[in-house]
Amino acid sequence: MAEPSKLAKDDEPKDDATPNVSEVETVDVTTEEEAVAALDATVERGEPILQVRNLVKHFPLTQGILFKKQIGAVKAVDGVSFDLYQGETLGIVGESGCGKSTVAKLLMNLEQATAGEIFYKGQDITRLSGRALKAVRRNIQMVFQDPYTSLNPRMTVGDIIGEPFDIHPEVAPKGDRRRKVQELLDVVGLNPEYINRYPHQFSGGQRQRIGIARGLALNPEIIICDEPVSALDVSVQAQVINLMERLQDEFNLSYLFIAHDLSIVRHISDRVGVMYLGKIAEIGTDEQIYEHPTHPYTQALLSAVPVPDPDAREGRERIILTGDVPSPANPPSGCRFRTRCWKAQDKCAEEVPLLAIPERFKGTDSPAAHESACHFAEEKDVVHAA
Amino acid sequence: MTIIDKPADVPAPRPDADSGGPLLEVRDLHVEFRTRDGVAKAVNGVNYTVSAGETLAVLGESGSGKSVTAQAIMGILDMPPGRIPKGEILFRGEDMLKMSEDERRKIRGRKIAMIFQDALSSLNPVLSVGYQLGEMFRVHLGLSKKEAKARSIELMDQVKIPAAAARVGDYPHQFSGGMRQRIMIAMALALEPDLIIADEPTTALDVTVQAQVMDLLAELQREYNMGLILITHDLGVVADVADKIAVMYAGRIVETAPVHELYKRPSHPYTQGLLDSIPRLDQKGQELYAIKGLPPNLTRIPSGCAFNPRCPKAQDICRTEIPALHPVTEQDGTELPGRGSACHFWKETIHG
Repeated sequence: MAEPSKLAKDDEPKDDATPNVSEVETVDVTTEEEAVAALDATVERGEPILQVRNLVKHFPLTQGILFKKQIGAVKAVDGVSFDLYQGETLGIVGESGCGKSTVAKLLMNLEQATAGEIFYKGQDITRLSGRALKAVRRNIQMVFQDPYTSLNPRMTVGDIIGEPFDIHPEVAPKGDRRRKVQELLDVVGLNPEYINRYPHQFSGGQRQRIGIARGLALNPEIIICDEPVSALDVSVQAQVINLMERLQDEFNLSYLFIAHDLSIVRHISDRVGVMYLGKIAEIGTDEQIYEHPTHPYTQALLSAVPVPDPDAREGRERIILTGDVPSPANPPSGCRFRTRCWKAQDKCAEEVPLLAIPERFKGTDSPAAHESACHFAEEKDVVHAA
Repeated sequence: MTIIDKPADVPAPRPDADSGGPLLEVRDLHVEFRTRDGVAKAVNGVNYTVSAGETLAVLGESGSGKSVTAQAIMGILDMPPGRIPKGEILFRGEDMLKMSEDERRKIRGRKIAMIFQDALSSLNPVLSVGYQLGEMFRVHLGLSKKEAKARSIELMDQVKIPAAAARVGDYPHQFSGGMRQRIMIAMALALEPDLIIADEPTTALDVTVQAQVMDLLAELQREYNMGLILITHDLGVVADVADKIAVMYAGRIVETAPVHELYKRPSHPYTQGLLDSIPRLDQKGQELYAIKGLPPNLTRIPSGCAFNPRCPKAQDICRTEIPALHPVTEQDGTELPGRGSACHFWKETIHG
């Protein structure tokens, strides 16, 4: 299925109609001033603050040096839609290469989306530029995975945390910055006197706190956390998770929490989305996903997680998937999981399953009634199998 | 390349597992490194034993000395700056630290093999995997290139690499992470060693692949009745595969226990803290239990019990006296085999 991947900006992939998400209330603005003003609006708790629709990111694969020719594309993100509500934590889980970090970069506007929209307070941020884009970026911040490489070793902690103020001076007037940085250090549980130290003088957990302080500096509304604790020691992970939960309550933040550690995601998230090869396979509340998964991939993923209880060793039914994740440059036709799925039938190769509440659960108040992109979605009790 | 032993002294057939005595015994091992900031005491008196067919999990955070102990056993410690001032490593009753380099080389790879964490950086990128696998046979057994290649294909089949014959000439970058880790396992298995040391074998892998690799490792271990030392920080993996556990902190073993016992009734506050900090269902929305503070700097290990600055139970005695690994007993004094705790207050921890 080597389709020419010259997707124009408005070309929506045909197979990706996503009836699951609510209508987006767009805000009409004509001037930059209006756009900036609209971005200052407050969003009520529980209202969607970020709405992602059919987001696509294809990285071109080229051949030749002088006359570059596109021979294909890595379909890193291929039609992803979800809502992030104000004050909630949305967890995104998936294996490496499933596109979860690319989604994070797209939301930060660090990568230009191939197609699709990201509505922040009703405005499509993929089309913003200039002052309006700057205002958006102030409100969406990021905490990175590796605290050893995401801090500049030649800058002091004060410079690192204060750097956002250089770009957005309206947040902290010049004379006030040092005090602000010290306040931030205090908020994340570091000694404010450390302001002149360098990153190498801190441990991994402390560095991650510095990264979090930098993310908080501009009073953002959304923080995108890309594997924020996976580089940390077990005994330190809990400290950082607690800090992030405290900050969420204190500053009324919305988190998009990307991780591969399923138990931590469950602990911190209100809702969870499971990604596989650039698409969302299943999305729902933490209880729906963990206790009543209906997508075979989610079931396999959950059953593969080692449980820290030796007594569960014998009783557990484990679904061990065969093979590897297919290359996103040449994903399988139809359902992307079909090559590793034990339920796969002809239909799965022909038809892309939509992310929707499965027909058989529709209208019931069963916890299995959440969106799942599988033709044969059904419950399977994997966690409690005995 | 030197052929270190002639085909004539190909390893004797494996003695029966019940030949008595443990396979490997580490006694009071100390390892230190000289650094600019002083001497870093990475391992401070570690004792453990592994028998054939047994899985010992060594659990600890980074800097706890778990990998350094393994490197000392393998004899691949960088010396200098590393130094082994004290201790014995007995393999089938013989102290490997007293052996000559030649004798050790005969054991390394053939009797004791190691699986490293990061398969991509442990494999040579400019040599085909078949060549690297075959090296074991060429060097240790003196096989010809052709024979070695045939054996490599067999091995790749054994670790379930599809189309092994076609892929034997491929280079490491052409394999996925899980496949590379299988090649590392194949390499360790090549000469059917008695003992395998797996240093975080699945940390770099995704969970679905991790499950495949751990399954494979367990299956092969059963088949060959090998001893396995599994070094990890993942409490989930340990619960899945280990027979017994040694928990390390700041270069010491702070608790030993059979796997079921450890999770049910930890007898050291550090183990207890680790188990409590696992997110549990019924704690959703509450604060996670977190061990306060940071692991100690190895050049300045706290006096007394190294865990005392982070311990909720610490008393004066903990700051002055290093606790020995006490045997742990039931409240009425019945012995609990295989259990030990290096805490002055183990009784309060396990029974209190």
